[in-house]
Amino acid sequence: MRKQALPDEILLSVDKPARYIGQEVNMTVKNLDEIDIRFCMCFPDVYEIGMSHLGIQILYDMFNQMQGVYCERVYSPWVDLDKIMREKNIPLFALETQDPIKDFNFLGITLQYEMCYTNVLQIIDLSQIPILSADRGEDDPFVVGGGPCSYNPEPIADFFDFFTLGEGEEIYSEVFEVYRKCRDEGLSRREILRKLSSISGVYVPSLYDVSYNNDGTIDAFIPKYEDVPQTIKKRIIMDLSNTYYPQKPLVPYIKATQDRVVLEIQRGCIRGCRFCQAGMIYRPVRERDVNYLKDMAVKMIENTGHEEISLSSLSSSDYSKLQELLTFLIDELKEKGVNISLPSLRVDSFSLDVMNKVQDIKKSSLTFAPEAGSQRLRNVINKGLTEEDIINGCSLAFKGGWNKVKLYFMLGLPTETEEDMKGIPELAEKIAEEYYRIPKEERIGKVAITVSTSFFIPKPFTPFQWSPMCTAEEFLNRAYIVNSHMKEMLNKKSMKYNWHEADVSLIEGFLARGDRKVSKAILNAYKSGCIYDAWGEFFDNQKWIQAISDAEIDVDFYTTRVRDLDEIFPWDFIDIGVTKNFLKREWENAKNEKVTPNCKVQCLGCGAATFEGGICFENKN
Amino acid sequence: MKIRIKFAKRGSLKFIGHLDVMRYFQKVIKRAKIDIAYSEGFSPHQKMSFAAPLGVGLNSEGEYVDIEVNSTTSSKEAVERLNQVSVEDIPILSYRLLPDNATKAMTLVCAADYRLDIRAGYEPIFDLKTAFTRFMEQESIVIVKETKKSQREVDLKPLILKYEAFDSYVCLQLVTGSVENLKPELVMDALYNFMNTELAPFTFQITRLEVYGKKSEEEDILIPLESFGEEIE
Ligand code: SF4
Repeated sequence: MRKQALPDEILLSVDKPARYIGQEVNMTVKNLDEIDIRFCMCFPDVYEIGMSHLGIQILYDMFNQMQGVYCERVYSPWVDLDKIMREKNIPLFALETQDPIKDFNFLGITLQYEMCYTNVLQIIDLSQIPILSADRGEDDPFVVGGGPCSYNPEPIADFFDFFTLGEGEEIYSEVFEVYRKCRDEGLSRREILRKLSSISGVYVPSLYDVSYNNDGTIDAFIPKYEDVPQTIKKRIIMDLSNTYYPQKPLVPYIKATQDRVVLEIQRGCIRGCRFCQAGMIYRPVRERDVNYLKDMAVKMIENTGHEEISLSSLSSSDYSKLQELLTFLIDELKEKGVNISLPSLRVDSFSLDVMNKVQDIKKSSLTFAPEAGSQRLRNVINKGLTEEDIINGCSLAFKGGWNKVKLYFMLGLPTETEEDMKGIPELAEKIAEEYYRIPKEERIGKVAITVSTSFFIPKPFTPFQWSPMCTAEEFLNRAYIVNSHMKEMLNKKSMKYNWHEADVSLIEGFLARGDRKVSKAILNAYKSGCIYDAWGEFFDNQKWIQAISDAEIDVDFYTTRVRDLDEIFPWDFIDIGVTKNFLKREWENAKNEKVTPNCKVQCLGCGAATFEGGICFENKN
Repeated sequence: MKIRIKFAKRGSLKFIGHLDVMRYFQKVIKRAKIDIAYSEGFSPHQKMSFAAPLGVGLNSEGEYVDIEVNSTTSSKEAVERLNQVSVEDIPILSYRLLPDNATKAMTLVCAADYRLDIRAGYEPIFDLKTAFTRFMEQESIVIVKETKKSQREVDLKPLILKYEAFDSYVCLQLVTGSVENLKPELVMDALYNFMNTELAPFTFQITRLEVYGKKSEEEDILIPLESFGEEIE
């Protein structure tokens, strides 16, 4: 029998014990005698969410193809097990071998959202590794971070030994090579980190000093040694059709959030919405070859036995061979009993036709994300979706038998006025009216429009990184305006309104643009019992407010403050290709309500062409 | 064509619940490219049904699932193919063709064999072998079965078809199924009660060894569910 880290008594007394036993289909098993690097890959949230993440599956597959490397996995223990592990002093273990993580060489943590930061500390702490990187000794694993939140690693800099910036596929073989060499030479932990810092894309926070101005902003960010780079440039893969992709993804026993094959069709986005961090940090757009994707789709379905496949990308409608790919999937896979779950596509006759084939119209709904209620504000955020697009799309769909519409907006966007807010229910009203224009006998019941708003959170590396954020009070006030105005609409009975929590948005904003001083607050919050902050039922605003004030910092400094155009931001040392000058230009364009064309229409010289590939070199004729 | 598949569930996989085992099998069948039949409708599903759900925490050497297929290979090849795409601790033990008019496994089930091992550290203060023999010598073994709505007295004795007790484990054959169903834990509860002590949770590791059905309406002979089918050459 395989090893099992937790005794039966514990597994039988916690919810969903299958989260902790590993042994999923397609799990990698290796002979430890042939392994000299043990890597534990972590998604710091519950198993069902972590198992659904494509990025980890890609790296897991890639690392395990390397000789001498064994990559295992760990996810956050749920609160019930967390309590037991603390009481009984059980060290956190990896799923594959069930061995304690503290005996590994690396603990790699993917950072997908800011609200997972206390879960990061939970993972490190339960592993019985010192939480602060400065306290770790020669025998402790290196704790390494990656993923979108590492584009501003400063708030969590104290907890990580190093970060990898960009796409993991590029950097890790070098990291392992340097690590092996250093170890053979008998170098110390500090010396190894110093060597790693010379790999392009690796950031070692302990090798930098930050000094501050009197007003709390950054004065300078300086490497401690001459051989340590001043800026860190992200590393990305240019040829996405000639790289790792897990042909045999892991298949969990318990139902994961994504219980299906996920096919990543492209990386990056051409659109340039000014609030969107992903749209900037993943530039330039790189497509995967359509034949490669067809081949992968078939293989992954065969190797997993999944009965569903979905496409993943930031904006699937922009993929140039989308029609060809979807037609193939429908023809080849629908036959074999495989469902095709569609990403949100631009609503037009093609996508409606596809939806018609793969979904039950009665159950499915149309999705639009206008993000802002008026055309003026949509110009500010550079969201190229017009009211006409939405109404026409709805009209077409209504005639085809659809009657459910979901609309997504943000509140608190820069320059937002009451008129913009009122535009939200007004748009819903126009859609409802469009529905009732259809002759009664052709309608199928009533129209149902669901309006959801989230609160706008300025993120690093976006044109809105200079923008102040609203206070929690102001956010709720805006939601109130939308809600009351909706009640004045003629078709109010066809509408439903959901809004997001304001307190948690504020903390997310605080963490997103934080500097190194924020680490203290995160540690305080964790020590006072915060974990699973991304889960509404566990988020405790009072504890966070206390934690921040105990760290002697001011939330407003990070959220509502107006930033100077030339302020040095904590993340400025990172080079994502897109330049700060471009972001400044876009910030100006936003304030002037000026729309910028997307990469396919015209290149705006954002800087991402420095990676010498992708969209930047495709349309230059 | 109706097929009956026998499989085991070992090691840590005892923590996978029944619903998850069902989902797991749907995928195994697809991976092994078994030509399974689908139901009609907008979202067709595989024609598949399980014999008797196994509780979380129990191991088994005799689980059954019936499927319907359009075509099939030999039993030997099917078992090989299924095992190639199965996890180590859920091995496929047999794959047999059922007569067309065969009763569903679920309906057929009427008894099951269990082995209950005392876990290390949970040794009872009494001698298991002697105690169990004395326990079974009682006229009747009446316990109060509590359901959500009512309390009801049940005599366990006729539901225990066979038993054999040893120093560190007990083997039981118990009535199982949708009409009457006796859980092995309940027998142990009664035993400990009889011995005037309390049964601590987790005392026994339970393994289901086999599931039986009646050979025919007329004969009261129990045979393992797999014996209702034939090997496909
Ligand atoms: S350099 Fe031009 S084409 Fe390339 S990502 Fe930037 S704006 Fe788009």
